[in-house]
Amino acid sequence: MSLRPDLAAIAAHVTPGTRVLDIGCGDGALMAELERVSDVDARGMELDAALVERCVARGLSVVQGDANTDLANYPDKAFDYAILSQTLQTATRPDLILDELLRVGEKAFVSFPNFAHWRTRAALMFGGRMPVTRALPVSWFETTNIHHVTIDDFRELARAKGARIECAWYFAHENEIGALAANLRAEFAVFQLSR
Amino acid sequence: MNSGAASNIYAIPDDLPLDSGQVLSGAQIAYETYGDLAADRSNAILICHALTGDQYVASEHPITGKSGWWERMVGPGKPIDTNRHHVICANVIGSCMGSTGPASEAADGTAYAMRFPVITIRDMVRGLVALLDGLGIEKLHAVVGGSMGGMQALSLAANWPSRAKRVLVIASTARHSAQNIAFHEVGRQAIMADPAWADGDYYSTRASPDNGLAVARMAAHITYLSEEGLTEKFGRRLQDRPDGTRGAKSFGFDADFQVESYLRYQGSGFTQRFDANSYLYITRAMDYFDLAEEHGGKLANAFHGTSARFCLVSFDTDWLYPTAESRHIVHALNAAGAKVSFVELSAPNGHDSFLLEHEQLDRVVQGFIE
Repeated sequence: MSLRPDLAAIAAHVTPGTRVLDIGCGDGALMAELERVSDVDARGMELDAALVERCVARGLSVVQGDANTDLANYPDKAFDYAILSQTLQTATRPDLILDELLRVGEKAFVSFPNFAHWRTRAALMFGGRMPVTRALPVSWFETTNIHHVTIDDFRELARAKGARIECAWYFAHENEIGALAANLRAEFAVFQLSR
Repeated sequence: MNSGAASNIYAIPDDLPLDSGQVLSGAQIAYETYGDLAADRSNAILICHALTGDQYVASEHPITGKSGWWERMVGPGKPIDTNRHHVICANVIGSCMGSTGPASEAADGTAYAMRFPVITIRDMVRGLVALLDGLGIEKLHAVVGGSMGGMQALSLAANWPSRAKRVLVIASTARHSAQNIAFHEVGRQAIMADPAWADGDYYSTRASPDNGLAVARMAAHITYLSEEGLTEKFGRRLQDRPDGTRGAKSFGFDADFQVESYLRYQGSGFTQRFDANSYLYITRAMDYFDLAEEHGGKLANAFHGTSARFCLVSFDTDWLYPTAESRHIVHALNAAGAKVSFVELSAPNGHDSFLLEHEQLDRVVQGFIE
């Protein structure tokens, strides 16, 4: 089974043998890959009970919990990596979640859909409606994305939080693209941070 | 009562030191096993039973003739698969199905009755660990328990951390709440208010405090069910009257409502298979249970340095040991850096859900045990 491109980028950059917390781990695809390939001690957190059940049934250590509240129970620097994939934009307070990520993990990976992608901009500018695109496929009234964020917004948030951007990867059409004008060209981004 | 000695019996060779400071000498443990033990003894699973449970987890109860209390979970091809695992289930000390308890004979040849020492959950586990020693099982593949069984699983993990690789705790808690203690006290007072209880010395008489024990069971049984479940099962429906009248009130105190009749049936059925003094001792042990208190007041300390994997499951309609109690344990395990899974499952039947049909529970148990 092939991983989603943002997860594949993260998997490729996690040092083998480390401790990882995957927040919003879904069905555990990334965790399973990390445990299989990199001998990583992976733990997960997921809100959806049905997804947690699937994770536990495949032998993963996943806790049903809410990233908005339940990260507080992990000790400082309990993990080498804290991973937040496609979840930041659904958080009640993304800034506070980012703080927590950098507290529980030595490093953090964050991936999110880029709201400043040209398709999104065009849909809003010319259509005058909230965009429904390949990267943002759900209508405004039922999307779980409550805090739309752009790549430049995220860079600014990281700076404000005193986080260092160690690396970033950008994707369009499921393929990795260069950093040039990424805020316009990328549908998704993955950032590796530390503090 | 207390005739169910068809099980295997293990006589604990050493004195069992108890949390109270007393010592239990000559104790025995009645147990059942299912499935073959592997040559390297690595496939043993210990299942811990609940308050009124027993060792007959997957075989017929010798008194009631009913099938095992968790037969839908344990057996060949079941989520806890006895084709692959060697399942051990033992009656806890203090109980009345063959393990040493208040109905057992003391050294003077008469029943202990209230001379039996007050025991704790950890004391029950001391008995279970002694059994594992006797069976030559150094490390369990898993320890599994629901409700009070979950308390034992947690106690084993905290106090004998090398004895189990996996710890599965279903619908349980790390401490008894004021509400939990309050309900148990109602039950105990019902037993002790029964004249036939006779300060616990009823074994040599023809009477036993069945009325009090039945009331205790009725009160407890309500806590095992959800309001939604009771409403769905009984609502305000009335019983058929003995004279054949359907759905009419008696304007008296017969069991007019179906729920009354159900509780009375549960209560009286229970007295056929359970000893009232055992009920006092075991509820006391549960009330004393506070795993954090045993470990300097901090639950995370109980699991410090553990290498076991944990899985906790709660049910959304369980108000006896609600999800918050499981989360409390999960947070402590997170703080201790333990490998832990947790899921709250949706089920209509309250605390009892862990014993009933639940496909998601089956998948979680099977996935975690494998």
